[in-house]
Amino acid sequence: MKVSVNWLKDYVDVSVPADELAHRLTMSGNEVEAVDSVGASWDNVLVGHVLTLEPHPDADRLRLATVELGGEQMTVVCGDPNVKVDDKIVFARVGAKLIDGHNGKARELKPAKIRGIASSGMICSEMELGISESHDGIIVLPADAPIGMPLADYMGDTVLDITVTPNRADCLSVLGVARETAALTGKTMSMPTVEYSELGDDINKSVSVQIDDADLCYRYCASLIKDVKIGPSPEWMQRRLIASGMRPISNIVDITNYVMLEYGQPLHAFDYNKLPGGKITVRRAKDEKLTTIDDVERKITSDMLVIADDSKAIALAGVMGGQSSEVSDNTTSILLECANFNRENVRRTSQAFKMRSEASLRFEKGLSPELALYTLRRATQLIVELAGGVAAKGIVDVYPGRADRLPISLTDVKVKQVLGIDIAQDEMVMVLATLGFGCKVKSKSELLVEVPYWRTDVSLPVDLIEEIARITGYDQIPTTLLSSEIPQNELHPMLTFKDRVRDILVGCGMQEIITYSLVGWQDLAKIGAPDPIGLINPLSTDQQYLRTSLRPSVMMKIADNEKHEPGLSIFEIGRTYLKRDQNLPDEREILCGSLAGQRTQRQWQLRPEHVDFYDAKGVLETLFDSLGVRVNFEACDDATLVSGRTAAIIVDKQVVGVVGQLDPHIAEQYDISSDPVYLFEIKMDKLLPLIRSMGEYSRIARFPGSTRDISLLLDIDVPSSKVQDIIEDTKLVSEVALFDVYTGDKLPSGKKTLAYSIVYQAPDRTLTDKEVNKVQDGMLKRLQKTLAAVLRQ
Amino acid sequence: MLDELNKIKDSATLELQGISDLKALDDWRVAYMGRKGKLTQVLRGLSDLPIDQRKAVGSAANDIKTLLEAELKGRQQAVKDAKLAGGLDAIDVTLPGRPVSLGRLHPTTQMVREICDAFSAMGFEVVEGPEVESDYYNFEALNIPKDHPARDMWDTIWINRDQTIPTLLRTHTSPMQVRVMEQRQPPVRVVVPGRCYRYEATDATHESVFFQIEGLAVDKGITFADLKGSLFEFAKRLFGAERKVRFRCDYFPFVEPGVDMSIDCFVCGGKGCRLCSNTGWIEILGAGMVHPNVLKGVGYDPEVYTGFAFGLGVERILMLKHGIDDIRHFYANDLRFLKQF
Repeated sequence: MKVSVNWLKDYVDVSVPADELAHRLTMSGNEVEAVDSVGASWDNVLVGHVLTLEPHPDADRLRLATVELGGEQMTVVCGDPNVKVDDKIVFARVGAKLIDGHNGKARELKPAKIRGIASSGMICSEMELGISESHDGIIVLPADAPIGMPLADYMGDTVLDITVTPNRADCLSVLGVARETAALTGKTMSMPTVEYSELGDDINKSVSVQIDDADLCYRYCASLIKDVKIGPSPEWMQRRLIASGMRPISNIVDITNYVMLEYGQPLHAFDYNKLPGGKITVRRAKDEKLTTIDDVERKITSDMLVIADDSKAIALAGVMGGQSSEVSDNTTSILLECANFNRENVRRTSQAFKMRSEASLRFEKGLSPELALYTLRRATQLIVELAGGVAAKGIVDVYPGRADRLPISLTDVKVKQVLGIDIAQDEMVMVLATLGFGCKVKSKSELLVEVPYWRTDVSLPVDLIEEIARITGYDQIPTTLLSSEIPQNELHPMLTFKDRVRDILVGCGMQEIITYSLVGWQDLAKIGAPDPIGLINPLSTDQQYLRTSLRPSVMMKIADNEKHEPGLSIFEIGRTYLKRDQNLPDEREILCGSLAGQRTQRQWQLRPEHVDFYDAKGVLETLFDSLGVRVNFEACDDATLVSGRTAAIIVDKQVVGVVGQLDPHIAEQYDISSDPVYLFEIKMDKLLPLIRSMGEYSRIARFPGSTRDISLLLDIDVPSSKVQDIIEDTKLVSEVALFDVYTGDKLPSGKKTLAYSIVYQAPDRTLTDKEVNKVQDGMLKRLQKTLAAVLRQ
Repeated sequence: MLDELNKIKDSATLELQGISDLKALDDWRVAYMGRKGKLTQVLRGLSDLPIDQRKAVGSAANDIKTLLEAELKGRQQAVKDAKLAGGLDAIDVTLPGRPVSLGRLHPTTQMVREICDAFSAMGFEVVEGPEVESDYYNFEALNIPKDHPARDMWDTIWINRDQTIPTLLRTHTSPMQVRVMEQRQPPVRVVVPGRCYRYEATDATHESVFFQIEGLAVDKGITFADLKGSLFEFAKRLFGAERKVRFRCDYFPFVEPGVDMSIDCFVCGGKGCRLCSNTGWIEILGAGMVHPNVLKGVGYDPEVYTGFAFGLGVERILMLKHGIDDIRHFYANDLRFLKQF
């Protein structure tokens, strides 16, 4: 809402500078986004009076104008053919900063010779003053403009651009902002004086209004003004409309807009002669059509409220008028509507047609039905005064929605309960009174507060408390720390778990990423991810579905980064969203990581080496080790990963995830050029319950262990994990390390050797060689029996 | 027997003089005093001697052992000293060290933790909630009925609109206020980090996906002054004790009174610059006292209980703290960006 300070001054004494007023409005809830000065740059620009106009000796289209500036006369070259002797115009002296029509930039006016005649100044158009983009001729000021007055004093203004919050319909008006200004600066505001003569016939002879659907229309007021002359509105009104961001159109339309801006209540003017019999019905639409004033034929449905004449809809209630009854240049009689409609209905209708008009924006925020009559009288007055009309006697006022509002009880206890401080009763009364609330003292500690009709947002004691706090200033309230009991905190296992996993992976040198949870259909389809949930209003096709897998997100980030990173090691912990019948989706936490490119950077002590499967697996082993979980890996298949280079991650016999080499065909589809790329994925919700909390500690071994190295010859396709399992399950074995794997010429084909270093240890004694030999022999026998492994000497 | 002992002593002493490295010294120790060492064996053989000799031989053997141990110690020290006397070869200490690969948390995660930690220290519990929400939790239970103009404050991405349970991507973390209160009785103190979504075209300052942190405290006797105190404390912890903090009136349907909290601009110190749009202040978060309708909706008696709530944008705070000019960096995940945090 753009508010002219000059306009505000009609109703309140603005006693503080505009910036200070803007600050106070902002702090109390009406945020001022900008303070624009109209005329701040108008130095050396004044009101002039054209005394004579002579032809230019050397140019047919130019004239020489002599201008009186109040004790001083100047003659300048003038190119506008419409300038007349005796016009009041805007004169710029040399040194004035004017807007250049060619590039829109400010330029200082210099003395010039035009076709041989010296010209020290110029007569200005709106564009040169930066008031509008229009170059249509020079500005002609009203005849009473004081000659020689600086233009900034005559028509300068300051405009406050206020972001009005959705609860404050009343502040979408000059009077509302004036009321706030008064309360914030300790002044009293006045209302417009509305007086006019009703010289016409009784309105009831010419107009009748019927409300069929009182649930959607709470009040309908109408006045009738005959013998109006359509023409431009006065210049002062146009200026205020422009300052408020509206375009002047004609006196009638401008008056309805002006009064809407002033009171915050929309109005609509019908051409009375186009309403058969002057009959107005307010009703739900039948399935019918209406061409609105923006020239669009609209199909209106039975849930929308319309204003109708005898036979058809003539306006969409609260949203936009219809063409058939629109005011035109030939209009002579106006039926002026000022009504109150159901806010939700106006909002739905305006949304259905994507028409957010100034009217609908006000109605949907909730206006008081009381406002309609005051507003209608003000607009009728202005039409009588400015468009030469004759008002009919009386006003039609159909008001089925009258409702009394009960006073609100405000106790000291409540104020203290919410704000934490005591506020004296007389102080509360004073603040509330400046805002128009009526206060009755019920007792020393209780007020009964009448809410003024325009404050549709106030209905509870806390609403009043906010009024008191915001006008007094939030900075007046002290700061205290929470002193109440600290609730018992529950630990949230998944949250803690996610943080733990992130920290471990970061410790393993991996970089965390956070990607969009919205992806395109193709992103998921390429890897055959489960069917995703779609959005009905996506921002783009790339973000049309909730992901059912993190793999595409991670792969896309490999592709984005591989060009500038020699090695990549990234992971994300995020949600996937799976469909669930009759319920919100199943949101599951997934860990997905990927390694690609070089393991080590090029460095004097290191040779650049490519990552391989065991890098990815090493990270996972460190992860599980750190989580205190025994993990197994078993070869498996996965559609995204290369067969034979993929392992299921198994904890407690349950598959919690997978690790493997990304299928190069799939990599290519995600524009990844690195090869190979390794990927792992863990279902965090499956893993979490398998994590044991830290158990009791075990004693550090007091007796030395005995270390034996063995080398086993076995078939090449026996998984090392099976050997390891047998060794680990052997009595007295406390540590096992695989320190060599060999395949090659020195062995029979199809064979390999695995070399283990094994520590045997007992908690209560030093083991003898004999004991160790016995245990190891038994183990070797089992290895031979189950895996055909032979001890290699 | 005593002769034999003396021979051992002499040969051991002699041998010791010739040894100049620590490994050989240990071998020497094993050869004489180890489990199968020469001196050890003599001592083991003591029991075979007649009683009258036992004492003398035993005592002599122990003296020799003490002597040899002392000499060994002296010799070890001499060897170590000799080694250090020659000095160690110099290396180029300016050569780069062997790299240890370093990972980092995403800056958003870091900031979420920093903020949650600040509130945990004030007794707030961290909880999470669903990102796909019903219209009820996202709007209605928060005092934002259907067709209310306040809905314009949250441009919404919908999953379905017209079915019995309209669902959407939560536009804020506030629905968790309701979910948490439905599940427990006061006192309540929680913070809720999480992803939120808005139907908003992405540009340098707008993202359709972002992280928010919600806070809620409800109990008997919680006041606006407590809200101010808690959030001022938080702002000073996050932005520095020298920052000025201010509360101004603002509107959110689920709080009353409503608050917008700002800090003085750390670029211009409040004089006015581009960052603060010449106001001298930077908006940090929205807050307020929990609206009685919200409390009533979850079965809390607003005459008995009061509370405050707040919500802040994580990326916005990161951008302010680090002077990041484009919000899109957070989801682009360019490692050249991420590695800076």
